[in-house]
Amino acid sequence: MTDSSAPILVLVEVSPAGTVLPSAAGLLGAAAGIGTPVALVVAPAAVSAAAAERAAELGAARVLVADRPAGSPLLAPVVDALAAAAASVSPDAVLISSSSEGRDIAARFAVRSGAALAVDVVSVSRDEEGPVAHHSVYGGAYLVDSAATSGTLVATVRQGAIEARAAAQTPSIEQLDVTPSGKRDVEVVDYQATVTASDRPELRGAKTVVSGGRGVGSAENFALVEQLADALGAAVGASRAAVDAGYVPASYQVGQTGVTVSPRLYIAVGISGAIQHRAGMQTAKTIVAINKDADAPIFEIADFGVVGDLFTVVPQLIDAISAKKD
Amino acid sequence: MKIVVLVKEVPDTWGDRRLNLETGLLERGAGELVLDEIGERAIEVALTYAEANSGSEVVVLAMGPASVPTNLRKGLAMGADRAIHILDDALIGADTTLTATTLAAALSHEGFDLVIAGNVSTDGGGAVIPSMVAELLDVPAATGLSTVAITATDVTGRRDTEVGSYTVKAALPAVVSITEALPDARFPSFKGIMAAKKKPLDTLTLADLAATSGASGEDAHSIVISLAERPARAAGVTIVDEGDAGTQLAEFLAKNQLI
Ligand SMILES: Cc1cc2nc3c(=O)[nH]c(=O)nc-3n(C[C@H](O)[C@H](O)[C@H](O)COP(=O)(O)OP(=O)(O)OC[C@H]3O[C@@H](n4cnc5c(N)ncnc54)[C@H](O)[C@@H]3O)c2cc1C
Ligand SMILES: Nc1ncnc2c1ncn2[C@@H]1O[C@H](COP(=O)(O)O)[C@@H](O)[C@H]1O
Repeated sequence: MTDSSAPILVLVEVSPAGTVLPSAAGLLGAAAGIGTPVALVVAPAAVSAAAAERAAELGAARVLVADRPAGSPLLAPVVDALAAAAASVSPDAVLISSSSEGRDIAARFAVRSGAALAVDVVSVSRDEEGPVAHHSVYGGAYLVDSAATSGTLVATVRQGAIEARAAAQTPSIEQLDVTPSGKRDVEVVDYQATVTASDRPELRGAKTVVSGGRGVGSAENFALVEQLADALGAAVGASRAAVDAGYVPASYQVGQTGVTVSPRLYIAVGISGAIQHRAGMQTAKTIVAINKDADAPIFEIADFGVVGDLFTVVPQLIDAISAKKD
Repeated sequence: MKIVVLVKEVPDTWGDRRLNLETGLLERGAGELVLDEIGERAIEVALTYAEANSGSEVVVLAMGPASVPTNLRKGLAMGADRAIHILDDALIGADTTLTATTLAAALSHEGFDLVIAGNVSTDGGGAVIPSMVAELLDVPAATGLSTVAITATDVTGRRDTEVGSYTVKAALPAVVSITEALPDARFPSFKGIMAAKKKPLDTLTLADLAATSGASGEDAHSIVISLAERPARAAGVTIVDEGDAGTQLAEFLAKNQLI
C-alpha cells in the first residue's frame, strides 16, 4: 500500500458571498478515504475565516487560506493559490469539484503543473501505486478506472457523486503566500447571485428526483411536477425539450448535456426517454415513468411504468402519497 | 478577424456507444461518428460574426482519426473557409493533456484572434480542453458562455454557474467556450456542400507541430487501468391507467419504502 496518510489537497469552493458550497463535504469525504485532507480556501478576506472553519468542520485536518480580492480577474487568484498550495503540501492527489469554476481551475492547474488530469470522477481509492480515479462513462454503461502515469493525480469530481463524509477536525488554519502568475484572465463585468427561492434539495446528489418533459406542456403546468416533488421531498429536474421550451431554467436539465443523477428514486413525467436523457438518469436505483404513449422508450428502463395522462395520474398520486403520510 | 473553431468528432449519441474492453478505446465501428452538436453550434457563432463582418476568416480545427475529414467537410459546407485536421498515430487514446497540448500547438502554428470551442463534449465530457488550451497559449478563457458578443478587440458573454450569473469580458486574442443555450446550427445548403469540396482541408502531423508545441515530454498523463461493462437495465412492470394508476403507483412506492 502507498501512504494512506499522505496529504490530499481539496479545493473548497466558496461563493462570492462567502458560503462554502455543498461540493466541499463530498470532496473532503473522498479525500479522507485515501489520505489526510488538506483544504484550500480562496475567498475575500472578510469571509475566509468562517469558510476555513467550515472546511475543518467538514473534515480538513489543515486549512490553507488565500485572498481573492473583490474585483480580481475571474479565476487567476484561485489557480495561482492552488499552484502555491500544491507546491507547499506536495499532495498525492488534488480533488476539485467538477463545477463550472472547478473544471476551469483544474484544467489550468493540471497544465501548469504538468500533472495528470482525471475528469468527471465519481469516486477515488488507492492501490499499491497511488490514487485511483473511478469514472462512470456513456451514461453509466461502463465503469472505468484511471490513474496518473506519475506524480500528483488531479481530479474533477462529479457533483453529488460522493456520499462519504469525513469526521470534523479542530481548525488548523494557515495563511498561504501566493505569488501572482500574471497569466491573462477574463474580467468580471457583472455578477448576479442566484436567488434560491425554494428549500427543495439540490438536483445533484438528491435521493429522489422528479423530472418533467415536453409532455408537461407549459411553464404553468410545471407546478404539477413541483407539487409531486414536494410531496416526496424530491429535487426537480427536466428534459432538454422542457428547458428549450422555457418551462424551467437550463440548470434543471438531466441528461447527456445536463446533470447526471443517480438517485434512489427517479420519476419521469411526460418524458419520452430519448437516449440522451437516459444517459443522465439510468443509474437511478428505481425508475418510475408516467407517459401516455405506451411505446415511449422510457418504459424500457422503468421499474414501474404508467401509461396514462399525467394530468390525471399525477394529481391522484400526490393525493395518495399525502394520504399515506397521514 | 481570424476565428478558429475547435470541433470534435464523437460517436453519435443517438447510436450505440461502446468501449473496447481490452484497449479501453472507443469501438469505432459500433455507431456513426459525427461532429459533436456543441461544435456545430460553435461554428454557427463564428459564421454569424463572419457574415456581419467582412474580412473575417473561419477555420475549423479537429484532432482525431482518419474519419475526421468527412466531418470537417460538414463545417466547410456550413460556411467555414478552411479546415485543419491533426492526424497522428501517436495521438491514439490521447488524454486531455496530450489533446490540449496538440491543439494549442496547432493554434500557435495557425495564429488566431479568437478560438471558439464547445463547453463540454458528449464523449469524454471533461469540459477542460478550452481552459487547458488557454493556459498553454497564455490567453484568457471565457468559458460556458450562453451569450456571445464579439467586437474587434474583445469578446463578452454571460456565464451562468452554480452560484450566479456572470458577465465576463476577455481581451482578444482569447478562447471562449459556448453552451447549448446558443442557437442550433444551420443546415448546409446544397450550394454550401458543393463549395465545400473545393475548400482547403490541411492535414498536420505532430512532426509539423513540433516547433510550436509547448509539450515538455515530461508531462504526466491519465491512463485507463481497468474497465468493466455495467449490465443493461431491464424493464419492470408497466400498467395502463384505468382510473387508479396514481393509487397503484403510490402502493408501489410504499411497498419499496420510497415514501
Ligand atoms: C447532443 C444531444 C444532447 C442532448 N442532451 C440531452 C439532455 O441532456 N437531456 C435531455 O433530456 N435531452 C437531451 N437531448 C434531446 C433528446 O434527444 C430529446 O429530444 C429530449 O430528451 C426529449 O425531451 P422530452 O422527452 O421531454 O420530449 P418528447 O420526446 O417530445 O417527449 C414528450 C413525451 O411526453 C408524452 N406526453 C405528452 N403529453 C402527455 C400527457 N398529457 N401525459 C403523459 N405523457 C404525455 C409524450 O407521449 C412523449 O413521450 C440531446 C440531444 C442531442 C442530439
Ligand atoms: N480532439 C479534439 N479536437 C478539436 N477540438 C476538441 C477536441 N477535444 C475537445 N475539443 C474542444 O473542446 C471542447 C470541450 O471538450 P471536452 O473538454 O472534451 O469536454 C469541445 O467541444 C471542442 O470544442
